[in-house]
Amino acid sequence: MSIDHAAVQKIAWLARLKLAEHDVPEYARQLSGILDLVDQMNRVDTTGIEALAHPLELVLRIREDVVTETDRREAFQAGAPEVAAGLYLVPKVIG
Amino acid sequence: MTDKGWEPVIGLEIHAQLATQSKIFSGAPTAYGAPPNTQACAVDLGLPGVLPVLNREAVRMAVRFGLAIEARVSRRSVFARKNYFYPDLPKGYQISQYELPIVAAGHTEITLEDGGTKRVGITRAHLEEDAGKSLHEDFHGMSGIDLNRAGTPLLEIVSEPDLRSAKEAVTYMRKIHTLVRYLGICDGNMQEGSFRCDANVSVRKTGEARLGTRAEVKNLNSFRFVERAICHEIERQIALLEAGGTVVLETRLYDPDRDETRPMREKEEANDYRYFPDPDLLPLVLSEDFIEAQRADLPELPDAKRQRFIAQYGLPAYDAAVLCASRELADFYEGAVAASGGQAKPCANWVMVEVLGALNREAKEIGQCPISPTMLGGLVRRITDGTISGKIAKEVFEAMWQGEGDADAVIEARGLKQISDEGAIAALIDEVLRDNPTQVAQYRQGKEQVLAFFVGHVMKKSRGKANPQRLNALLRERLGAG
Repeated sequence: MSIDHAAVQKIAWLARLKLAEHDVPEYARQLSGILDLVDQMNRVDTTGIEALAHPLELVLRIREDVVTETDRREAFQAGAPEVAAGLYLVPKVIG
Repeated sequence: MTDKGWEPVIGLEIHAQLATQSKIFSGAPTAYGAPPNTQACAVDLGLPGVLPVLNREAVRMAVRFGLAIEARVSRRSVFARKNYFYPDLPKGYQISQYELPIVAAGHTEITLEDGGTKRVGITRAHLEEDAGKSLHEDFHGMSGIDLNRAGTPLLEIVSEPDLRSAKEAVTYMRKIHTLVRYLGICDGNMQEGSFRCDANVSVRKTGEARLGTRAEVKNLNSFRFVERAICHEIERQIALLEAGGTVVLETRLYDPDRDETRPMREKEEANDYRYFPDPDLLPLVLSEDFIEAQRADLPELPDAKRQRFIAQYGLPAYDAAVLCASRELADFYEGAVAASGGQAKPCANWVMVEVLGALNREAKEIGQCPISPTMLGGLVRRITDGTISGKIAKEVFEAMWQGEGDADAVIEARGLKQISDEGAIAALIDEVLRDNPTQVAQYRQGKEQVLAFFVGHVMKKSRGKANPQRLNALLRERLGAG
């Protein structure tokens, strides 16, 4: 298995996911399976083939630099757990 | 620069906020100073179901920068997600560019203190979105988040580790600052955070080819802080290594109040960004026509302008560098020269000493100068043609600054026209000589210094208006004749 117990815990921490200790082996197995598949694909000879950044053969559409949005703070903040003085409030970041 | 056998190695990451009207991926405005969260739309907030659409102007500005530093402008570049969690980053990732940035492998030249030049490599410049702002003042134990800045377009300009001292780093930063303002792609306002920088600093033994472990110093939002923070960090690392310690790869924050850097807390740090191409955005493809149109539209850049000022106006390198610090100042100077009838060096002196001095005193920018280039040129013209002396010109300058009109109007209104008429000056001289027989005798006994005494008295009698050259010549003539 390419993903061990510690790696699962690190990835979970980076993704801010709380995993139960007894679930870790199953995630390790599943994630390793994905990487094994990638390994398998890596064995295919891709000489002369350009790397693909996106599966669609399309290029990005761009827009003109024009302001189109109006202030909708009140509507957006209606769904926020807590606001004050126009700010979204979150648990203190720096103590 | 070496310090006790140690050589600092510095690279800068400069964030220049691009001067667009709307955000990089949304149609929300980018104006500074709006009430919190009034300029954060659904895309900026990362609400479900929204999609980013790239701003053409941001692309155009990045291309202009790439062309100005003679970089490779990528015909095809890719946006990537940089993943980390922080409350002022609503999506949980920042849209940036990673493997295929829009600008790669450029360079610029900086002028060192000894007058020499140094080429600084610019590894890459990529487009990305800014995050919001966290306010840590007390909201009953919580942090406040303002997302107005979220989604503002940034150009991150990454230099090679080519800089060898804090001074060089600041010189390079100033160069980029000048360049982005010439290009009109960033307002360069450091107080408002439109132009800021992180520094990667390491030290190694002089002669050692391998790089030492670096620390990244963040939060550098003034030229002065950049220099002080880098100096401090170099000293800290040297002291640490000499005491047998090791530098750890970490991010440190500069605290200007205490003039020190301290490591960021683990909570503030996330080194594992797990970049991957953003599936919401297709590759950005630029046509040759688009790039060539930008090239054709580039203004005269600072280095070229400086060289031209030296060649065309015969200015010393120092004057040319000062006058080309911004496009506005250079334009002001050229306007003054034209209005003065080509008095290049006198105009340079007036701009550098009087204009910049007065602006500095009143903390004003050249755009707020109450004297127009035409007015300054007109003043220099009146000195050259002998209407007023250099000394009186300072009085006229002050009057123009206070809004009393152009030079001719001030000279007329205040009766400042220089007295060049020999008869009038001679009459004043005779008066002074008659009133001061002792000094006349002293002069005739060989005490040459007394001449200044007579000049002073005659000037005073003429209320500063006597033509100094005529006065000197006539005075010597009359004293000799006695």
